[in-house]
Amino acid sequence: MEAGFLPRAAFQRLLDALHEAGYRCIGPQLRDNAVVYDTLARVGQLPQGVRDRQTPGSYRIEKTDQPRFFAWANGPQALKPFLFAPREPLWRSQRAADNAIRFAEVSPPPEPLAVIGVRACDLSALRLQDRHFLEGNFADSRYAARRENLFLVAVHCSHPADTCFCASTGDGPRAEQGFDLALNELDDGYLVQTGSDRGRGIAAQLPLSPATDAQRRLADSEIGNAAQQQTRHLPSRNLRDALFASLAHPRWEEVGGRCLSCGNCTSVCPTCFCHSEADETALDGGHSIHARQWDSCFTQGHSYIHGMTLRSETRMRYRQWLTHKLGSWHEQYGRSGCVGCGRCIAWCPVGIDITEEAVAICGGEANG
Amino acid sequence: MADPHLPQEAEVVERIQESPTIFTLRLRFTDPARHAAFRFAPGQFNMLYLYGVGEVAISIVSDPEDPQLFDHTIRVVGRVTRGLAQLKTGDRLGVRGPYGRGWPLALAQDRDVMIVTGGLGCAPVVSVINYVIRRRERFRRLVIMQGVKHSDDLIWRSQYSRWSKQPDTQVLVAADVGATLWPWHVGHVTELFGKVEMDFPRAVVMMCGPEGMMQVAVDHLLERGVREDSLHLSMERSMNCAVGLCGHCQYGGKFVCQDGPVFSYSEVKPLFGIRGF
Repeated sequence: MEAGFLPRAAFQRLLDALHEAGYRCIGPQLRDNAVVYDTLARVGQLPQGVRDRQTPGSYRIEKTDQPRFFAWANGPQALKPFLFAPREPLWRSQRAADNAIRFAEVSPPPEPLAVIGVRACDLSALRLQDRHFLEGNFADSRYAARRENLFLVAVHCSHPADTCFCASTGDGPRAEQGFDLALNELDDGYLVQTGSDRGRGIAAQLPLSPATDAQRRLADSEIGNAAQQQTRHLPSRNLRDALFASLAHPRWEEVGGRCLSCGNCTSVCPTCFCHSEADETALDGGHSIHARQWDSCFTQGHSYIHGMTLRSETRMRYRQWLTHKLGSWHEQYGRSGCVGCGRCIAWCPVGIDITEEAVAICGGEANG
Repeated sequence: MADPHLPQEAEVVERIQESPTIFTLRLRFTDPARHAAFRFAPGQFNMLYLYGVGEVAISIVSDPEDPQLFDHTIRVVGRVTRGLAQLKTGDRLGVRGPYGRGWPLALAQDRDVMIVTGGLGCAPVVSVINYVIRRRERFRRLVIMQGVKHSDDLIWRSQYSRWSKQPDTQVLVAADVGATLWPWHVGHVTELFGKVEMDFPRAVVMMCGPEGMMQVAVDHLLERGVREDSLHLSMERSMNCAVGLCGHCQYGGKFVCQDGPVFSYSEVKPLFGIRGF
């Protein structure tokens, strides 16, 4: 629901309202020549006048004299690490004097977080992570606690990168649902849209003026342009059958020869959920922390089973990743695991392009 | 929300050395209420936690109706199992479970039952054999096929002799390498399918072991008229969480820890035998 227009000069009021409601704000900021998400106290930390240039294997930042805060496409990460922690303890075991072992859950109370500047692709990815971590046979209590304490301020995407293809997967560039507030960024401010009661509560505290038809038309045309600018696409049909019918395709060998099996793609992917668990024992042996951390199907250990590695060759790992992401996800979660964010393309050190590989293996229309 | 990741303490009540590298731990939860509430089905597994080292998925081999103890038969293959082998009576470990889908025992009622195992993968199916033997009247003919690399690897040897003397029961054992006084076949267990006497089209087959062995057995059995959805296999994949979250055990669109480890052949057929899955 449209709430009104917020001038850029009043953006700090949004942060203040969220702070007062008890949230720590997380937002985009420029660091190490990339847009990253971290604690945001002041509006001055936002990446004003920053533009990105992304191509296969490349991410570069350019400075512009534009007044906008959100005139860039997603950097390496946004939402995923705040819900699915890259590393966290699960439980602690302690050896008592009588040889007994005591187990205790380790779960710090979740901190209310408000994430500013979430893109449509990441909202779709969040929905998929919700399905994985919350809607299976065993819900993950840590993810659940953080999810319940999350406030989302989406910003519709108006500046896609060359690597983006959310329009073809149906996940963007407009944020359709799953947010508390959504913003259209214009040169002088923001059209504010509410998506929840909590969002309405925050919007009520902002100095909003009624939006004009001209502003609405401009906002819509920017989103429309953002969709049209995208040159990459994934075949929109369900690729499961095509992929599993092509397990012996020579392209696996070819892409396996280029792939470094580094796992960058799975780290930046907003839907990848694999993680491993390991014990870290105190030096005196008195207690041990059982922790989990992100893992990747590109590692040697991922498919290790009593003395052998099932996916010993890189071509098998790439095939596992792609057949899962674009194939088996349909069986497991009712849709593809790709939301078109393009991160795996930009952050692949050798520039492997998932949209090219999918077409090479499954057929269909090439990018252009 | 209860944490599905958290183990509970159990005590080693008895430890049995089955072979130089295989041992059985007979366990009881130290919390009596937890022990009383513990229920499992043959073919399900627990995550066993060795203090300070880590967890490993091991199937439960004892009878589901034994209220006293639950047993795990373990082969020493890696870091955790090597450590578990050092545990003695009275020692403690962590246990969480049971997890997964077990053997289709309801489906097998009033039908011929065939159990096929190879390598050292016999533990998960021994629970079924014992289950059937103790409830013999519920099932028809019982055929047990077991292959091992070396005759010394056959554990529970006396049990096989005892089972072979049961009425309406056929036991076929083979070792790739035999030894003096080895009473069974020398060669691959899959060479013995010609000797099986059973109502193949109505039989329920449960198998466990190396996938290469299972593939050969599946081919033989399908040829003899066993239905694809009556053939059941216990699959093994890397497991960290056992609750369908960590992603290691994915097999196409299945999570082996939740959807398996026991699958009908029709469920796994599209990927079965393809290296890398």
